[in-house]
Amino acid sequence: MLLATIHRTLRVSFRQPSELLNPLFFFVLVIALFPLGIGPSEKTLMLIAPGVIWVAALLATLLSMESLFRSDFDDGSLDQMLVSPQPLILVVTGKVIAHWLATSLPLVLVSPILGLMLSVDSAGIVAILISLMLGTPILSLLGAVGASLTVGLKKGGVLIALLIIPLYVPVLILGTSLIQTAQQGGDYTGQMLWMMALLALTAGTAPIATAGGIKVSLSR
Amino acid sequence: MLNVVNLSCERDQRLLFDDLAFTAQPGDIIQVEGPNGAGKSTLLKILSGIYDEFEGNVEWDLEDYPLYLGHRPGVNDYLTVAENLAWLAQLHEQTLTQIEIDQILVEVGLHGYAEVPCSNLSEGQRKRVSLARFYVFTNRVWILDEPFSAIDAAGITSLESLIQRHADSGGLVLLTSHQPLRLSNVRQLRLNPLPLDHSPLEVER
Repeated sequence: MLLATIHRTLRVSFRQPSELLNPLFFFVLVIALFPLGIGPSEKTLMLIAPGVIWVAALLATLLSMESLFRSDFDDGSLDQMLVSPQPLILVVTGKVIAHWLATSLPLVLVSPILGLMLSVDSAGIVAILISLMLGTPILSLLGAVGASLTVGLKKGGVLIALLIIPLYVPVLILGTSLIQTAQQGGDYTGQMLWMMALLALTAGTAPIATAGGIKVSLSR
Repeated sequence: MLNVVNLSCERDQRLLFDDLAFTAQPGDIIQVEGPNGAGKSTLLKILSGIYDEFEGNVEWDLEDYPLYLGHRPGVNDYLTVAENLAWLAQLHEQTLTQIEIDQILVEVGLHGYAEVPCSNLSEGQRKRVSLARFYVFTNRVWILDEPFSAIDAAGITSLESLIQRHADSGGLVLLTSHQPLRLSNVRQLRLNPLPLDHSPLEVER
């Protein structure tokens, strides 16, 4: 069922390419505009690179989150998922995995090029990849909780941001500090393990909360 | 098969029904009646387990889950008719072969639409996609919220005979409809808008 959900969600998202490309464009544009605004000084760019990349990734994820359950809510698919022998947690997890594959993985994959644009050295670029690879699934899992609670509301976008950004802060801090440590030539195993721990924690708990949120949203 | 005890539901500070009690056996067709806003859809959602905000007990004696059709048909616009049906079947752990899908599409009057994205269908056709499940799935309990809306006359006749066949073969059907049903053995369950001081319910045979 997990695979079937992933398959279905990916199919739906690949049939609406604009939804798929919006977060990616947002991510690339924000990062590409920073050198233009700040000036081409390598030193400054290197300094701001971790923060810029992470904030852009965070906001891009947040923007894409609102649509996670929207269409399934509007067309009644969520009702059908609930009135079925399938555990809602499994379906929810499948949707989050598919969402991550379709919207966040492309961000992770283009991040090295954007790192180069911000004059990050090779050690830093590896660190960017590692931190985003570990961090963006956490962002998707937490975002799904917000999305599930706001799916029944007309204008849920701002509310998701208010609900979820506080939860994103630890990931943001760990992610940027991982890259900064790498840029200074330090050992970033500590931050990496912390991010893995956070990922394990959210992967275990967020789907339960999301399934609960969906039940609440459908009971309104 | 279904035993409802003391069911009360309040929505937007309005009591929809209070102390509702009824039972249903295999073979029953129960039509929930009442004016708009009486809580018919909410009652069906409570019985299917979608809606949680109620007091009282809903006891099912069932091995599988009910098959539910709501106002929103549960059909994704970006998937084709066949893909939607295959997904809905997977939700109920049933498998549909290509041939079976083609057969039920003939039954619901969507022959040749298997590979058409559902965004190209009319509202009635989308409903028919969702109704197609009822021709093949093996679920014993059907919960149908306004199954006849947006369906043409021929579709209504075919759906009525489907419902009758299902009840005759030992299934349970709970439905709402604003039009008179040409079905035998229907029990009416009337939800009246609540006067403040008196019990709202009459169940009649």
